[in-house]
Amino acid sequence: MELVFSQILDGLSIGSVLLLAATGLAIVFGLMGVINLAHGEFMMLGAYVTFVVQNMFRPLGGTAFELYYIVALVASFVVTALVGVLLERTLIRRLYGRPLETLLATWGVSLMLIQFVRSVSLAMMLGIGVTALLGWLAKRFMPASLKDASFANYLGGAVWAVAGVLGIFSINIFASFGRFFSNPWFGPRNIDVTAPKWLQGSWGSIAGIELPGIRIFIIALSALLLAAVAWFLTKSVWGVRIRSVTQNREMSNCLGIPTDSVDSITFGIGSGLAGVAGCAITLLGSVGPNLGASYIVSCFMVIVLGGVGNLVGTVIASMMLGIIQSIIGSGSLLIAFPDMPSSLRAVTEFFATTSMSLVLVFIFIIAFLQFKPTGMFPQKGRSVDA
Amino acid sequence: MISSLSKRILTGFAATAVGVTMTACGGGGDSASGDFDGEIKVGILHSLSGTMAISETTLKEVEEMAIKEINDAGGVKIDDKSYKITYVSEDGASDWPTFAEKSQKLIDADKVAVVFGGWTSASRKAMLPVYEAKDHFLFYPIQYEGQECSKNIFYTGAVPNQQAEPAVDWLFDTYAEKYGKKVYLVGSDYVYPRTANTIIKEQVKSLGGETVGEDYIPLGNTEVAPIIAKIKKEFPDGGIIINTLNGDSNVALFKQFKAAGITPDKYPIMSFSIAEEEIRQIGPDYVGGTYAAWNYFMSLGTEASNTFNDAFIKMYGDDRVTNDPMESAYNMVYLWKAAVEKAGTYEDLDAVRDALIGIKMDAPQGPIEMYPNHHISQTVRIGEAKDDGQFEILWDSKTPVAPITWNQYVPETKGYKCDWTLDRADAGKFKM
Repeated sequence: MELVFSQILDGLSIGSVLLLAATGLAIVFGLMGVINLAHGEFMMLGAYVTFVVQNMFRPLGGTAFELYYIVALVASFVVTALVGVLLERTLIRRLYGRPLETLLATWGVSLMLIQFVRSVSLAMMLGIGVTALLGWLAKRFMPASLKDASFANYLGGAVWAVAGVLGIFSINIFASFGRFFSNPWFGPRNIDVTAPKWLQGSWGSIAGIELPGIRIFIIALSALLLAAVAWFLTKSVWGVRIRSVTQNREMSNCLGIPTDSVDSITFGIGSGLAGVAGCAITLLGSVGPNLGASYIVSCFMVIVLGGVGNLVGTVIASMMLGIIQSIIGSGSLLIAFPDMPSSLRAVTEFFATTSMSLVLVFIFIIAFLQFKPTGMFPQKGRSVDA
Repeated sequence: MISSLSKRILTGFAATAVGVTMTACGGGGDSASGDFDGEIKVGILHSLSGTMAISETTLKEVEEMAIKEINDAGGVKIDDKSYKITYVSEDGASDWPTFAEKSQKLIDADKVAVVFGGWTSASRKAMLPVYEAKDHFLFYPIQYEGQECSKNIFYTGAVPNQQAEPAVDWLFDTYAEKYGKKVYLVGSDYVYPRTANTIIKEQVKSLGGETVGEDYIPLGNTEVAPIIAKIKKEFPDGGIIINTLNGDSNVALFKQFKAAGITPDKYPIMSFSIAEEEIRQIGPDYVGGTYAAWNYFMSLGTEASNTFNDAFIKMYGDDRVTNDPMESAYNMVYLWKAAVEKAGTYEDLDAVRDALIGIKMDAPQGPIEMYPNHHISQTVRIGEAKDDGQFEILWDSKTPVAPITWNQYVPETKGYKCDWTLDRADAGKFKM
């Protein structure tokens, strides 16, 4: 009994990490149909926001510092949501209905974000500012006759290219002012985020089973977020609008729903949830520029298994994967059934390592999709056929 | 100190003066600068991009520092002439075939006298055939699993009998009374941890102990819950854990260990890939109190060690730390220089390789010596990670330990030996 309980607890906690990471993607991919390969990098941004908040609170010390994590959760949501909205307004918006281009573009964005956190410095931020300012000024003061010319598109591109080159020049100039300007903020190395003391250790035990603080916290956090998302999508005005745009964009538009804003908000919320997931992951693992890469595959796995665009499916799929991974990987079956035949025992032992349990999870997913190609809870209705 | 400084300044002036004269004359044909009689070109081959870049760039930095020090001190002296070392640096890009390709380029196109390079065993295995086919010359600086002995490679990192084996002995001496001779092995899923653990398992067996569990995590994976469940099952009241994880997984391991109550007071943990830099990245809160085995710790405190640390900090900033792989990389440049001076040539690679064997050096870690099996003798040390990001040294082997390339615990290589001073075809691996 004790064994079953501890395995389920472990499984739930692995599953809730997957769930946290996948919820945001379920919204962006499931509701908007945007394959966002930069989702992992939004998680990474959330983790870096946590790092910044931690360092801002460190001088305060004492109780104030112990509470930094709560502030970091909120800050990581807000910052990544804003970055998400910016990305949607400038890039994703132009690519709706072109899934392949979106895929490539978001992959490009993910590479840029990784390189950005590696090399960002004050000089670089100023350089980006210079580029944006020059580009905006050129657009603002361009003669109207040029704006209507047949080559206006190319001209616009050329203006941005020139602004970009000038921006790069200005980075070098700013960098020569001194170390204060040229020192990278984070650098390519992994950074150290330390959980507050109240989250680090164990929170006592029930029936001989240790309750690790961070695990319980992450399970609670993912449940809370899920409830909030469910409430938002079903009860709030914007949630209803989002769902109506998902079902029929043209009709919603005709009925006066501002589909542009709906898109921005949906993408922003999806990105913000990724940021919160990143903040939570700092409790469990390492924080570095490549953090996103290790989670993005699991996120897509969960969503494909659960059925695209279905929150219940996402929950069940992530919990199922978590429990399989924990029961097989820890070899508990060997203890639960000590009398199993030796051949079966050999097979179970073979899969009872971390590497092999992941292999088994993949085999399971492939087999499952043979029978249910659209996942556990497929979307129904006309929008699917369209 | 003052005299050497003024000498350096004078050399600097002299170099500038010669440079100015040469420019004034419209440039001379001689490529040598300053008061050198010539140049020796060497190759540096580390990953400057990709996952390994974080670790490998530090080796490039420390090799550049060694080369600069040698040049500032008058260069390499052959007979009565002095030669300046110049280097060509190539990027292995964390991609093993690239290491082989760039090695070929350094040898054929740049005509370097020697290459300093590599970090992972995979990169070394990729480069080995190139150096053997071209009968060229590579220095490899990292502690590794052993079981290799090439005529063309010199290894300045530790082999298992200079790191892992003494560490296991120490763990049993210290903790066997409390926890019994039982160990749990956790490692990353690739060559080094698997080979190292094979050796540790054989050693534990011959010491009358038992390996109760062995688990591998794919590189980059961050989910440790199943392993924690297994460790708790095997060691409900504490026990010895040996950790050969590399990279990011270490962070996940220590954060989740702490949450699950696997703390150093009940579970002594010995790691083989955690040095000063890694403590900073994982956070001393999580890794403090665990053990590591190396040949060099930044906190060693000897005069040679302090000089090395100060020189590095002066060159690269006071927020930087040194560690064991960097010390190894630094030593290999000096070992090569000593061999060239002893052989009286840098072009006859056979002569330089022969000259290397038996070369002694006072390294930052203490005295080291190149053995006939192309590995060096090193002092073994065990340290405990502290809150300030440094190690407190708890134990050391007092004298340097001779390297054993073919492991004597593993049945397949028991009784084999490597000795390149012998004139026999199988000098790399023969039965004693």
